[in-house]
Amino acid sequence: MKLERRFADAIIEQALAEQPNEACGLLAGNDGIATRIFKMTNAERSPVLYRMEPAEQLRVFNEMDEAGLELVAIYHSHTRSPAYPSSTDVQLAYYPEAAYLIVSLRDIEQPELRGFRIVDGKVEEVELEYE
Amino acid sequence: MTVTVKIPTVLRKHTDGNATIEASGASVKELIQDIVRQYPDFKERVLSDDDQLHRFINVYANDEDVRYLDGIDTKVSDGDTVAILPAVAGGSGGSANEVSETNRSDRPA
Repeated sequence: MKLERRFADAIIEQALAEQPNEACGLLAGNDGIATRIFKMTNAERSPVLYRMEPAEQLRVFNEMDEAGLELVAIYHSHTRSPAYPSSTDVQLAYYPEAAYLIVSLRDIEQPELRGFRIVDGKVEEVELEYE
Repeated sequence: MTVTVKIPTVLRKHTDGNATIEASGASVKELIQDIVRQYPDFKERVLSDDDQLHRFINVYANDEDVRYLDGIDTKVSDGDTVAILPAVAGGSGGSANEVSETNRSDRPA
């Protein structure tokens, strides 16, 4: 999938700012191309879990509807493990229409961002093409 | 009492593709029971074994998270809108079952 560099930078910046806890957020746009980023609150405030704050989630979903935007991607950070969906990520992947982006901070000097589709429990990597 | 319930994309395969369902009931619980009568597969998607709302399913009555109202017993009236929205959640470790209620920090300040 195509991704503007500024979104990747913003995701990494947020992940670094919120460590040791996991950071999370959404990318919205059209035709699979993100045009807006929504940084979300991790209601779990945990280094191993994220759950978007429910009221904020509804508010942002409604805002996306009103703006004619689709959910393009869901992103979160793994602070100590690889940028690959965990069993928890797969189990809770309720949004098959979205790409799941994971940024790993395992190597703090070189955060790694990768994208996946998680459909019916199956994980498939989607290559991120920066533009 | 008829209430329109919005069904998220991911659950529509259990509702014959319907994005909204007209359900009858005076509470969120009764609405869900009515939907389950129409679509039996729906039950395990939204309710836990003890018939409470699944931890990662958010239900909103008129845009309010019912967890901060009366939960599954939240009353509804004609013309209300109820939305079911799976949580956006995951994480590197632990298991989904370990997300403890005591750890919840999403209560309004």
